[in-house]
Amino acid sequence: MASVSTTRSRRRSRRILVNVLYAIAMIAVVFFMLTPFLWMVLNAFKSPLQIIKLPPELIFEPTMRNFQNVFGTQNFMRYITNSLIIGAGCTLVGLLIGLPAAYSIARFGQNRLAIVILMARMVPGITFLVPLFIIFRTLGLIDTYTSLILTHMLVGLPFIVWVMVPFFESIPRELTEAAVVDGASAVRAFVSVVLPLSGPGIVTAAILSFVFSWNNFMFSIVLASSRTRTVPVAIYNFISYAQIDWGGLMAAAVVITLPVLVLAIVTQRYVIRGLTAGAIKG
Amino acid sequence: MITRFFDRHQRWLFPAPAVIFIVVMMIFPLGFTLWNSFSGWSLTAGRPNTFIGPQNYVDMMRDARFWNAVLNTFYFTALAMVIELALGVAMALLIDAKDYPGKRVVTSLLLLPMMATPVAVAMVWLLMFEPTAGVINFVFGQIGLPKQLWIAGSSSVIPSLVLVDVWEWTPLITLIVLAGLAGLPSEPFEAARVDGASYWQTLWRVTLPMLLPTISVAGLLRFIDCIKTFDIIYGMTGGGPGFSSETLNIYTYNQAFYYFNFGYASSLLVIFFTIVTGVSLLVAYSRRRLEV
Repeated sequence: MASVSTTRSRRRSRRILVNVLYAIAMIAVVFFMLTPFLWMVLNAFKSPLQIIKLPPELIFEPTMRNFQNVFGTQNFMRYITNSLIIGAGCTLVGLLIGLPAAYSIARFGQNRLAIVILMARMVPGITFLVPLFIIFRTLGLIDTYTSLILTHMLVGLPFIVWVMVPFFESIPRELTEAAVVDGASAVRAFVSVVLPLSGPGIVTAAILSFVFSWNNFMFSIVLASSRTRTVPVAIYNFISYAQIDWGGLMAAAVVITLPVLVLAIVTQRYVIRGLTAGAIKG
Repeated sequence: MITRFFDRHQRWLFPAPAVIFIVVMMIFPLGFTLWNSFSGWSLTAGRPNTFIGPQNYVDMMRDARFWNAVLNTFYFTALAMVIELALGVAMALLIDAKDYPGKRVVTSLLLLPMMATPVAVAMVWLLMFEPTAGVINFVFGQIGLPKQLWIAGSSSVIPSLVLVDVWEWTPLITLIVLAGLAGLPSEPFEAARVDGASYWQTLWRVTLPMLLPTISVAGLLRFIDCIKTFDIIYGMTGGGPGFSSETLNIYTYNQAFYYFNFGYASSLLVIFFTIVTGVSLLVAYSRRRLEV
């Protein structure tokens, strides 16, 4: 009787130990992931002197100076507008040409086309950037929305196709066939039967395309100048000064990342599905 | 009439705009690059776009900075991939192991590092790595560890950059493996339990072997992105100190947009392209051979 109760209590204390270790491990993981964000937000509200102070203060009197600087002197609203225009443009045009292509790949099994489009995902962007820079320079398209939207589509289009092909494959073919029997054209069947059923897929594709355009740095730093400068390039320009304005830098980082992080959290179901699409089918 | 024509030719009319985009924005530029790689074109040296044969490739073989970039690229990629795969799988198993309230919050937190703008994130790490005023060295000092140079030291710069990449992209592996875990059949686990297998036995003999296809796809995805990492490296070190974090991507970028040696940069691109495609095809092929 006594031995049974000791094994039981030993088992119970073992279970508690496992749970405590588990909680510690989870807290460590969450702490590691969140620390850079915490640091970014804290320092965005600090004065230059507070930032270099050691030990770092976790509780302090916040200043709005950095944000005033970012939106005032640095005129960040202009870069945000540029990034929004380029992100929206690259997503809309990407959907316009990517949706029919993905539909055709799903419907007619055009695997070679799918592979070529996914090549854009695999090939380093710089491989396209160098020749495109030379071409755009000849055409006078440097520092225009056109060249930026077109290059950002190299990032967005593969995601759109990647997400949409399996989605279209899952829509029963009988639906479009029935529409065609009823006298609808192929375009009509696609637009009024297939697309309305594809809402979640399109949302996933659009979010990913927009976020990767918003975050894009390499294409923008080469092709965007004073007229079309995007937010990642604008923040990078902060460190080209001799004395780094850490507070302004962190405030700018908050301004840039906050919209994408909010978008990612609000639409997380879609984003997770999009990022892991294709990897699971193996 | 037009609709009838469209219906008959929808096979190629539907994808036509995308195909035009691919030809103009991908295939033509790639061909143009291949052509340029045999040219001595350089704006800084004032050399015109003339055919010089394989001279660029000959120069490359003798270019110490090129070999340095190749080594850095593989060092960065290998280190980042090993750590990210190990940590990512471990984190997925950890998250999957128990059910508790707030579990979904943890999963959504995973999204933050990889969705945040990489350049903005690079700036935050720049501040944290700061040798004198940075918080990481402060913590190191407090717990009695020697202060490090981090990205300012020629031997510590790549491991430091890998740390940022690990922070940013390990969650992707975790999410993919979590999705893979959710899709596993339950019978093998029940059989293992009936046979009295311990947690670790089940993990090594059942879970991990069944996850291998998912893990290998996740690894391939990470390889494709690791080898072309640009934002955090360029944003934090620009390839420095000296050339100690200059990868192929950064070196090619500098040749093209700092020295404006379009000819030589193009030949670097051809080699870079060949390496990435070659390794990816090799991985895809060996996966099929092993049928994992």
